[in-house]
Amino acid sequence: MTRTTTRTAKADERIDVRKTYKLYIGGAFPRSESGYSYEVADSRGRFLANAARASRKDARDAVVAARKAFGGWAGRTAYNRGQILYRVAEVMEDRRPQFVDAVRKAEGLTAARAETTLDRSIDRLVWYAGWADKIAQVVGGANPVAGPYFNISSPEPTGVVAVLAPEQSSLLGLVSVLAPVVATGNTAVLVTSESRPLPAVTLAEVLATSDVPGGVVNILTGGYAGPGPWLASHMDVNAIDLTGAAGDPEGATAMERAAAENLKRVRRAPDAEPDWTDDPGLDRMTAFLETKTVWHPKGI
Amino acid sequence: MASSTSTSTSGGSPFEYAPAPESRAIVDLKPSYGLFVDGDFVDGRGRSFKTISPATEEVLAEVAEADEADVDAAVRAARRAHTRVWGRMPGKERAKYLFRIARIIQERARELAVLESLDNGKPIRESRDVDVPTAAAHFFYYAGWADKLEYAGYGTTPVGVAGQVIPWNFPLLMLAWKVAPALACGNTVVLKPAETTPLTALLFAEICQQADLPPGVVNIVTGAGATGAAVVSHDDVDKVAFTGSTGVGRSIAQAVAGTRKKVTLELGGKAANVVFDDAPLDQAVEGIVDGIFFNQGHVCCAGSRLLVQESVYDELLDRLKRRMSTLRVGDPLDKNTDVGAINSGEQLQRIRELSEVGDAEGAERWEVACDLPTTGFWFPPTIFTGVSQAHRIAREEIFGPVLSVLTFRTPHEAVEKANNTPYGLSAGIWTEKGSRILWMADQLRAGVVWANTFNKFDATSPFGGYKESGYGREGGRHGLEGYLR
Repeated sequence: MTRTTTRTAKADERIDVRKTYKLYIGGAFPRSESGYSYEVADSRGRFLANAARASRKDARDAVVAARKAFGGWAGRTAYNRGQILYRVAEVMEDRRPQFVDAVRKAEGLTAARAETTLDRSIDRLVWYAGWADKIAQVVGGANPVAGPYFNISSPEPTGVVAVLAPEQSSLLGLVSVLAPVVATGNTAVLVTSESRPLPAVTLAEVLATSDVPGGVVNILTGGYAGPGPWLASHMDVNAIDLTGAAGDPEGATAMERAAAENLKRVRRAPDAEPDWTDDPGLDRMTAFLETKTVWHPKGI
Repeated sequence: MASSTSTSTSGGSPFEYAPAPESRAIVDLKPSYGLFVDGDFVDGRGRSFKTISPATEEVLAEVAEADEADVDAAVRAARRAHTRVWGRMPGKERAKYLFRIARIIQERARELAVLESLDNGKPIRESRDVDVPTAAAHFFYYAGWADKLEYAGYGTTPVGVAGQVIPWNFPLLMLAWKVAPALACGNTVVLKPAETTPLTALLFAEICQQADLPPGVVNIVTGAGATGAAVVSHDDVDKVAFTGSTGVGRSIAQAVAGTRKKVTLELGGKAANVVFDDAPLDQAVEGIVDGIFFNQGHVCCAGSRLLVQESVYDELLDRLKRRMSTLRVGDPLDKNTDVGAINSGEQLQRIRELSEVGDAEGAERWEVACDLPTTGFWFPPTIFTGVSQAHRIAREEIFGPVLSVLTFRTPHEAVEKANNTPYGLSAGIWTEKGSRILWMADQLRAGVVWANTFNKFDATSPFGGYKESGYGREGGRHGLEGYLR
């Protein structure tokens, strides 16, 4: 991490109340168990804030919280999950200035472009919220077996999904990897961008004040180098999205290999971060869905 | 689809049955077989191995063991065929080859069934009524997809060359599950059958010739683990499909890390078959027997953990033992046989070892009293009672005719016990109460749930597991996903 630039305050200047951005685990905002934090700079290298550097123990705590939340979240009606995610979008609208500011500083965008990025992020979340109670009809259905049986295939969430969020796109990319995982009923342990974590912490504050149950989304700042390999090898994590490891084939390969230990579903890292404004398609939902097929005899 | 285990007798004392052997004259076995590469049978560069009948230990044929160079030649042939012919052929023309293959499988059904029972040890009734017709059905089903891929939702571009490794428990059927969707989507294949059951795959190679399938579209390399590893790790293989043990599946997932290969894995299971006190007990008993003794229990989705509600435990166990006493164990080619031979000496050893662990851990063994043949590999249908969740016979896949019986009191306890496994391939539910079936089906973390039935398979029905039972689905529209980009 490069040292951020500082300046000395004048005698009569009001001193800022600087915020330490914490982790989001099980609906609470703990400091990193390790006690480590790191300085986050804006796109020009000026100090923005301190953020927690999540440790292996934090990753484990987040998995425990996500596992605990899984049954309840997966067991809700899809309609209810969709409503809750739509509510998150509403609260994001409420906090527009805060998100625009966070994205501007993180990504070095003009105000207008940061506004557009926020618009797209909110729209993306609304899009996925709407999928919650439709995906089963699109990817599941009745199977016409050659015998007197009722036979139906339905998608079900895979379980606890570790998500390495993209390094560059701090809000649109973040929402684009997180929303499909939770809209489909999984719970998430998300590792943020290392250099641009603050929009994710702002999102955590939105999640905490909307109706998303604690533990459904857990957010770890500090980059994937620390917690990534632990999440990849964790036996109670069912799937891992390596998107955040784009451009790090060695790290991504090591995590994919570790993930084989309990046959995790792995979404591999792309060579480079994708253009997040593209149509996302269904892939990011279906990658973390299982197909369950139920048979029953027909008869009188 | 036919029931896989029908009642052959009723009551306590079985009638004497005269043997009803299926003639093996229909099978024309050659003394030795080469590899099938680029449309022709060729000699392997490596050694060869013998495949035997597990019922008699008689040597059936000598088969080439493909080495890395052989596998490389097969992959090159598959790549050429994909680039020059199969990948560019219109779907409706590919479809016609698949329809042809399906028809030839039907025409040669008896030959395939006898050969399968000879090489595998499974009862002729199963190979004749389940394996071969279901294999033909898979080719028919996927043939129809070949010119309709744009409606399936997975794109229309084939992945390329598929490397496929299949197990010994359903040799021809697993071949069909792998080859039919691959070819329908425009891929070419290099398939490795299991070392103990290569013969129906080699007969399938003849069927490909008979159908005038373009050379190189299907290549078959026989051999053991090293041959399979060479197929899976070949740089020019774009897609890996594997059915087998979770241990090998894990090493495949490690081997493909960092590549662009698509992977589907259909691995082990330890399915719970849950019987509630309101279940129709006679039907449940048939389902339990079908669930664990079908194919000698060599079934990844076998119902190997019976969970019985305490209030019907005594009655159910009595009926189960009575029914098991009527099972006929013996000559796979006898049309009256219910339970055939264990596929190999190695597998028999594993079943014996785990059963001895069951004894040592304090479970109570009960087995059918039957005269087992003196040659070949045999294990009587067996149940263990007094099994706890910590016992190894309740946790590990035995892959044989051995049932572990546990009990429960409440539906929640049944769900907790059923899901208490790293596997998640299949599960069974027996109850007359509809709402309970649907609630249970929601709760069970398994890819296939059979309610008031068990071990049913169909070409249109997706099959595959949760958790350490692997990923991806075979069968149905979902089965196309692994073969398209």
